[in-house]
Amino acid sequence: MSILKINNVTMQFGGVTAVNNLNIEVQEGKIEALIGPNGAGKTTAFNVITGVYSPTKGNVYYKDENITGITPDKITKKGIARTFQNIRLFKNLTVFDNILIANHLRINSNFVSSTLRMPWSNKEERLMREKSEMLLDKLDLLRLKNEIAHSLPYGEQRKLEIARALATDADLLLLDEPAAGMNPSETMELSSFIHNIRDEFKLTIFMIEHHMDLVMEISEKIYVLDFGQLIAEGTANEVKNDQRVIEAYLGVEEDA
Amino acid sequence: MTSELLLQQLANGISLGSLYALLAIGYTMVYGILRLINFAHGDIFMMAAYFMVFSIVTFRLPWYIAIVVVIIVTIALGVLLEKTAYKPLRNAPRMSIMISAIGASFLLENLATYLFTGVPRGFPDIRILTTTVELGSLSLTVATLITPFVTLILLYVVLFITNKTKIGMAMRAVSKDFETAKLMGININQVISTTFVIGSALAAVGAILWGSRYPSVMPLMGVMPGLKCFIAAVLGGIGNATGAVLGGFILGMAEIMLITFLPSLTGYRDAMAFVILIVVLLVKPTGLLGEKVTDKV
Amino acid sequence: MMDKLNDKKSKLFLNLLLIAVFAAILILLDTKTIGDAYVRRILNLSAIYAIVSVSMNLVNGFTGLFSLGQAGFMAIGAYTVAIFTVPLEARAKIFYIIPQNPVLAQIELPFVIALILGGLLAALVAVLIGMPVLRLKSDYLAIATLGFSEIIRIVFTNIKSITNGALGIKNIPIMPTMWVFFGVAIISIGLMWLLINSSYGRAFKAIREDEVAAEAMGINLFKHKVMSFSIGAFFAGIGGGLLATLFATVDPNQFYFPVTYNFLLIIVLGGMGSISGTIIASFVVTIGLEILRFFDEPLALFGVNIPLFRPGLRMVVFSILLMVLVLFFRNGLLGQKELSWKLVFDWLSGKKPIKKTDEGGAA
Repeated sequence: MSILKINNVTMQFGGVTAVNNLNIEVQEGKIEALIGPNGAGKTTAFNVITGVYSPTKGNVYYKDENITGITPDKITKKGIARTFQNIRLFKNLTVFDNILIANHLRINSNFVSSTLRMPWSNKEERLMREKSEMLLDKLDLLRLKNEIAHSLPYGEQRKLEIARALATDADLLLLDEPAAGMNPSETMELSSFIHNIRDEFKLTIFMIEHHMDLVMEISEKIYVLDFGQLIAEGTANEVKNDQRVIEAYLGVEEDA
Repeated sequence: MTSELLLQQLANGISLGSLYALLAIGYTMVYGILRLINFAHGDIFMMAAYFMVFSIVTFRLPWYIAIVVVIIVTIALGVLLEKTAYKPLRNAPRMSIMISAIGASFLLENLATYLFTGVPRGFPDIRILTTTVELGSLSLTVATLITPFVTLILLYVVLFITNKTKIGMAMRAVSKDFETAKLMGININQVISTTFVIGSALAAVGAILWGSRYPSVMPLMGVMPGLKCFIAAVLGGIGNATGAVLGGFILGMAEIMLITFLPSLTGYRDAMAFVILIVVLLVKPTGLLGEKVTDKV
Repeated sequence: MMDKLNDKKSKLFLNLLLIAVFAAILILLDTKTIGDAYVRRILNLSAIYAIVSVSMNLVNGFTGLFSLGQAGFMAIGAYTVAIFTVPLEARAKIFYIIPQNPVLAQIELPFVIALILGGLLAALVAVLIGMPVLRLKSDYLAIATLGFSEIIRIVFTNIKSITNGALGIKNIPIMPTMWVFFGVAIISIGLMWLLINSSYGRAFKAIREDEVAAEAMGINLFKHKVMSFSIGAFFAGIGGGLLATLFATVDPNQFYFPVTYNFLLIIVLGGMGSISGTIIASFVVTIGLEILRFFDEPLALFGVNIPLFRPGLRMVVFSILLMVLVLFFRNGLLGQKELSWKLVFDWLSGKKPIKKTDEGGAA
């Protein structure tokens, strides 16, 4: 069953078409990837899914519900969470605060009862803290609980950003270049990390990635984007041997 | 309402609008390059008016020399402002730079109050500007008459600089993308200084024409015109000099028309500009001539 | 010393001691055992400034919205208290040019009710203003809030049958005890502290740190911005109401927008994002501005008149201070930290008190 369906989506900025008539169906419980050369429109596609941009044409469906043009916070509430290409943590706050903030969207207390520390608000806060500690523990980040986010090593920051996205209780996780800036051993680690969280939290993962090793290793399906067009889709092997993909990455020999 | 009075007020509106336009260009250019509301711009304008008072009353310079001196001194003040209050904060958070801008504005106002006292000073009577000319049934001062033309000529000069010169090209590049322009080897500091030179020079011209129209110089005289001219710049589309002039015209005209047709609301004259600001930002945040910018995520 | 610090009991003891000392000083002042009316007035003013500054820090320092509307919201609170607490019989004398609005002329409220009403009205106006303005980028917000603060003042100058126009309203009943000012300050700041340390407060900080990320975490930016902005306005209104009863008179010029710069200086000095820093800075700045008054008096040293000292110098010093702070000491006293015994002891024992942290990204 498909959890996310991108239906004939076109995104134009002024005269520039960043994404052209894109059709993607991400299957529930899978790890799928969107690849393509720089400027192919991958992040734009993510921004359309998460509501940062409203597409010029076409629709996005999540669990068969049309979510086109809804604001990013509402989309997150529905169960899609994301990370960013250039890591956007709440830098000056602690690791724990970063996670707690991601729980705020599910809060039932209003600001008055929260401020006045009403019993039901206190209970909610306590549960939120317990849940967050458990999450940190599962991801081996509990030891860093009180560290300021920007003081973490790069790899841990990436991990924290994923943890923060998980804390929103997402079913679909969008990872924008999770391995960017990582060395090969860190990338290997990330690959098993992604596998583990998918199984542990019963997630669907859709990611943009440049590291071909990572993509080829863990993706069950790959979509290739070039100049805003989907040029190929399939398993790692199918895509690897696709003539148009090879051309897109290596450039076409121009004899004529 | 007689048609003469209407014409008279129309002329007043255009003239006031062109004064706003002169200041608005300074706001729009600085915002375009630094993404900063130069809160102190109105106070530079105020200081220019004082400079004029001193050059003519104290130093007894002939008016044509005084004008040149005042423009030069005002430019020096504007560049000094940039070097001391803005340049050290170039990599600081946005809010710090804005606080610095407010601090600079407040400092100039307080300095003027301290040095020149809060008592209004008379602006020197430059005969050639304050002479009244009869145009049919209209009677206008030379200052009122020439202000729109001065503004349009200066706008032309600004457009020439930004579109046809090398430094102008650099300015446009910086306003499009600060970081990339820097990487391309553009001398950012020179570009920013030039911006402040142009803005301050226009503020000086504005102050001289303003003084001939409202001949009372006070430490807080730049506050309201300053705020209004920023609004004019937003109305026209921030970053766009032609837009700033257009916005200035509209604002000046609207103000005079409010006084003419709804005299009971004269007390709300200064409030109107802010109402216009809110309406513009809601209806067309990019202003009349502004370009749409998409934030990169 | 360090062992003691980790000891919860001694911390509690130190806290109680501190509270006792402050309470004792306040009781002595309030019973007129020490100090004079002037000192009491300055301290009351400091307490009011502390409320308004913390409210401004809630919006600017904790939520990252550059708002300059505090003076306008104070005006709403001050006028509400003025209009509703002046005794009915005294009103005809105040509104002697244009009579007071016939409905208002019959309503007199107890101070506390009027104070809270003032806060609520300020919050209501903030919601109405916030609807359009808080959708804007942060730099436009500064000028729009400043503009609204001015509009409020201009409106108050012009609706003479309600506000008595430029003449202002006199004979506002004065509160007999300092506890009114300090009590309200403690409650107000306490409430804001609780808010900032709740889930909503964390959401505010998330918005300050990174709006895009906050929205991606499911935080409704607009709703939370309006919330922070109007709660800030509520407490600014409370501060304004206290100001009315402290001065016994209100007029539009008390709320000219540069008044907001006082609070700006205070939060920059105390630390954007630090409540305790803001409280300390409120007292330092308010008392400091009083002490600086000697700058405005002619000064003669050994019979020689120092020409520098004359009216206006105080405000020059004030603005230079603001510039120096923002240029060289951007973190203020406490940055985003709160005062704690550990911080105090570290400082006393010569350790660097505040670890340099990166700037809070208030984009």
